[in-house]
Amino acid sequence: MAGPDAEGAAVAGPDPEGSAVAGTDAEGAAVAGTDPEGSAAVRRRLDAVWRIEGARIVAALARATGDVGFAEDMAQEAVADALLQWPNTGTPRNPAAWLTSVAKRKAIDAWRRAERLDNRYQLLARGLQDEDATSWDPVPDDVLRLVFTACHPVLSREAQVSLTLRIVGGLSSEEIARLFVLPVATVQQRIVRAKKTLAAAKVPFDVPEPNEWGPRLGGVLRVIYLMFTEGYAATSGERWIRPDLAGEALRIGRVLVSLVPREPEAHALVALMELQASRFGARTRPDGTPVLLADQDRTRWDRAQIGRGRAALARADRLGRGRGTYALQAAIAECHAVAPSVDRTDWAQIVLLYEALGRIAPSPVVELNRAVAVSMATGPATALAIVDGLVSTGALRGSHLLPSVRAELLARLGRPNEARAEFVAAAALAKNDRERDVLERKAAAT
Amino acid sequence: MKYMFIMRSTDEALEASKAMPFEEMINKMGAYNESMINAGIMLGGDGLADLSDGTAFVVDFSEDPPLVTDGPYGETHELFNGFWIVQVASKEEAAEWASRCPLGPGSKLEVRRVTEAADFAEFADNEYIQKEEGWREQEAKLRAENA
Repeated sequence: MAGPDAEGAAVAGPDPEGSAVAGTDAEGAAVAGTDPEGSAAVRRRLDAVWRIEGARIVAALARATGDVGFAEDMAQEAVADALLQWPNTGTPRNPAAWLTSVAKRKAIDAWRRAERLDNRYQLLARGLQDEDATSWDPVPDDVLRLVFTACHPVLSREAQVSLTLRIVGGLSSEEIARLFVLPVATVQQRIVRAKKTLAAAKVPFDVPEPNEWGPRLGGVLRVIYLMFTEGYAATSGERWIRPDLAGEALRIGRVLVSLVPREPEAHALVALMELQASRFGARTRPDGTPVLLADQDRTRWDRAQIGRGRAALARADRLGRGRGTYALQAAIAECHAVAPSVDRTDWAQIVLLYEALGRIAPSPVVELNRAVAVSMATGPATALAIVDGLVSTGALRGSHLLPSVRAELLARLGRPNEARAEFVAAAALAKNDRERDVLERKAAAT
Repeated sequence: MKYMFIMRSTDEALEASKAMPFEEMINKMGAYNESMINAGIMLGGDGLADLSDGTAFVVDFSEDPPLVTDGPYGETHELFNGFWIVQVASKEEAAEWASRCPLGPGSKLEVRRVTEAADFAEFADNEYIQKEEGWREQEAKLRAENA
C-alpha cells in the first residue's frame, strides 16, 4: 500500500496556501496567526487529512497506549495544535506523521502529569519517544482492531455508530451531528460516554478470538448497515434519504473489505449497499418526496454503481462459502437492478431468495417482503394469505409496513374500502413525514 | 462529491517515463490505486493507449460533416492518458489524493468535479415537470386499474 508520502515529488513542500500566509519576516508571521482565511484553509486541509489518515493515526496510537479513547483524545489535541501552528509554519511534508508524533508526545506528557510513571508507562513512553517522527508505517491490522473496538458489544448501538464514524470514518462530531440531524453536544456526549465505557470494561485493543470472530464480525457489519439504512430510508425527520450518511457507510464498508478480504459477508454488504444506493437518484423528486420502486425512472439508476455492486456480490460468491443474509439481500437487489421494469422482474427468483433468507434469518419483515414478491409472482390473493398470517401473530404491530402492504394487496383485489382504511392506518403509524404524505395521498386516491 | 483526475503528460515526460522500468511504474501506480481502493473512495479509472498503435483519432466538429483525423491532440501537446473517478467529501480531500499520484515532472493531473443533478437545478424544471407528469399519469392509470 502506498504510504501517504508516496515518493512522488508532488507530495513535497508545504501547503501552498499555508506557505503563502507564513511570511519569512516577523510581520508576515504575525499576520498569519490572525488571518482567518489562512486558518480556514488549514482547517479544511486538516479535515481532509484526518478523513484519510485519522483511523490509522488513532490505530497506531491505540496500539502504543492500549487505550482507544485516550488515543483519540491525544490525536484530537494534536489536530488542535496543527490548527494553531500550520497557518504559520505551513503544512508539514507528511501531515499524518506530524500528527502522530505530536499526539505521542501529548500522551507522554499526559502520563507525566498524571504521575503514571510506573514501569509499564515508562517503557511505553520510551518506546514512543524512540520512534522517528518522520516514520509512518501504519499497520492495517491496527485499523481492524480499531473497527472491532468501535463496534464492541459492550457499547450501545448508537455509541457504536457514532464512534465508528468518528474514529474509523474520520468524521468530526459536527459532521456526525449534521448527518443524524442531532445537536453537536448530543454526539459529543455519546462519544465521550462510549470512550468511558470502553475504558471501564477494559476492552482490549485487539481483534476477537477465533471462537468469537463470526458474531463480532456480524456486529461490525450490522453497525455499518444500520448507518447505511438510516441514510437510505431515514426512520424519522423530514428527509427520505440522507445520501451523505449512506455514502459514509459505503466508504467504511469498502475499507472493511480491504481489511477482511476473505469474508464473503463483508463483500456482500458492500454489494447490497452499492445496489441500493444505485437507486438514490431516482428515489426522490426534486422536492424530496419519495418515488416508489414501481414508479422510478430506471434510466436514472446509477449503472456504474450497479456494476460495482454486482462485482462485489460475485466476489462474495467466489469465496465459495455460500450466501449469508447480506448476500441474499444483495442478490434480491441485483434482481431489481437488472430488470428493465417491475413487470419484467424475475419475481419467482426473488421469492426463492426471500425463502432462503427466511430460513437463515427468519423475521416478520422478511416474511412481509416475501409476501410482496409472491403477490408479483403469483398474485395478490396468495400474498394476502401470508400477510394475514403475519397479522394473526401480532408481529410488526405499531409499524406502518403491515397495513401499507395489506392496503396495496386489497386495492389490487378490488376491495377499495378495506384498502382505504388500511392506508389511513398506515399513514397514522408512519414516522417519516415524506412517507406519511405518500400514504395519505394513496388513502385519498383509493 | 465525485471528482475526476485527468492525467496529462508532455511528449518529453512520456519519453522520460520510457526510460523508467515499466514494472516499477506499474508497481507504483498499482500501490496508488490500491491505497484509494482500500480507503473506499475509488469508483473507477482507466489508462488510455498511447498513439503508437494507430487506434486513436480525433473527430473535429468545426466541419460539417465532422472531420476525422489522426490529430493533433490539443494546443499544449499534453496527451490525456488516463483518468480516475473518486468519491470524496471536499475539494481538499481530492487534492490530498491527487497529490499522492506517483507522477513526475512534465505530468499533470487536471482535477475536475463530476457534475450531479443539483448542477442542473435551474434547467431541471421542464424535464422534471415532464417526468412528474408521466409519473402522475402512470399512477392514475394504476388507480384506474385497481378501482
